[in-house]
Amino acid sequence: MKNWFMLTLVGQDQKGIVAQVTAALYQAGCNLGEASMLRLGGNFSMMLMVNTQAESAALEQLLQPITQTLGLHLHLDTIEGQLHQHQEADVRISVHGADRSGIVAQVTEALAAAGLNIVDLASDVAGSEGEPIYIMQIEGVATQGIDALQAALEPLKQAQEDEDIQVHIAQIETLMM
Amino acid sequence: MSILDILKYPDPRLKNPSEPVTAFDEPLQTLIADLEETMRAGPGGVGIAAPQVGECVRVVMVDVSSKPKIKHHGCLILVNPEITAWDGYAVAREGCMSVPDYTGNVIRAVNISLKAQNAVGDTQEYDMEGYEARAVQHEMDHLDGLLFLDRLVSRRHDLFRRKTYQKKAQ
Ligand SMILES: [Zn+2]
Repeated sequence: MKNWFMLTLVGQDQKGIVAQVTAALYQAGCNLGEASMLRLGGNFSMMLMVNTQAESAALEQLLQPITQTLGLHLHLDTIEGQLHQHQEADVRISVHGADRSGIVAQVTEALAAAGLNIVDLASDVAGSEGEPIYIMQIEGVATQGIDALQAALEPLKQAQEDEDIQVHIAQIETLMM
Repeated sequence: MSILDILKYPDPRLKNPSEPVTAFDEPLQTLIADLEETMRAGPGGVGIAAPQVGECVRVVMVDVSSKPKIKHHGCLILVNPEITAWDGYAVAREGCMSVPDYTGNVIRAVNISLKAQNAVGDTQEYDMEGYEARAVQHEMDHLDGLLFLDRLVSRRHDLFRRKTYQKKAQ
């Protein structure tokens, strides 16, 4: 099929979003590629690769009854549907500590400068309202090696010791069998 | 010796349970030699099972000696292997030559004791740990028609969350 779209959908979490959206796409003859869907702070978010003969406007029209009824925001981007070319993460960085502004920026800036390509990042705010904690897990490809990442994080670790921010970095060893 | 074609999922033959080996004959020796060559031809391959090349017999090979700083037994040929004891468990990432372009997290026992015959039919016993134990468990799954896809655990939230959960459970 000729067109690949990245379908982005956001709205208040409620029952049946995934089922209704994917059923409509299936009935219209669309194929699905890779997807990431999750609940973030009471909202449901979807990023979904859709392969179809249809143009963007037709796809939007197809989903309009669902998005309207459920109060969802839909966005479509034309993309190149690259499949079968996964980048294998070889390093995992986990960060946790008392929630404060700037953690993500400081950590990811240091890592980017030391050659990290992020494949997957997930973060949560946990703890309680009075004492929130921040937890982030990053998986990526260390293009300049894990030692470079380790070195880049060292000053951050030192500076943040009094703030009790923990940064751990570990190799992801994949056994091929 | 020759490099054999690896069956790729969803080939239904990967779902078949394999038969025990009864004859330690010339064809078995040829299969073992071909398995080794095929395993070494794959990038970074540390194990192979006979059903992956379409031979439904209980033969696996594991060699994790290329991994630095770990305990191992070198290149192991395991015929009719049986795990006799398990201890501990850990999550780690696995890939499979029969499942291209995908890797996933799988829980395996950390330490295992194993009984298996070698290429000429002598029974051997092994205690193994870590990567080697994981590779053997992955390959032995192939003998029962199982893939690591049947045992996937979440890619996200694997370590930190799991520790928290364990504390709660105690
Ligand atoms: Zn395998």
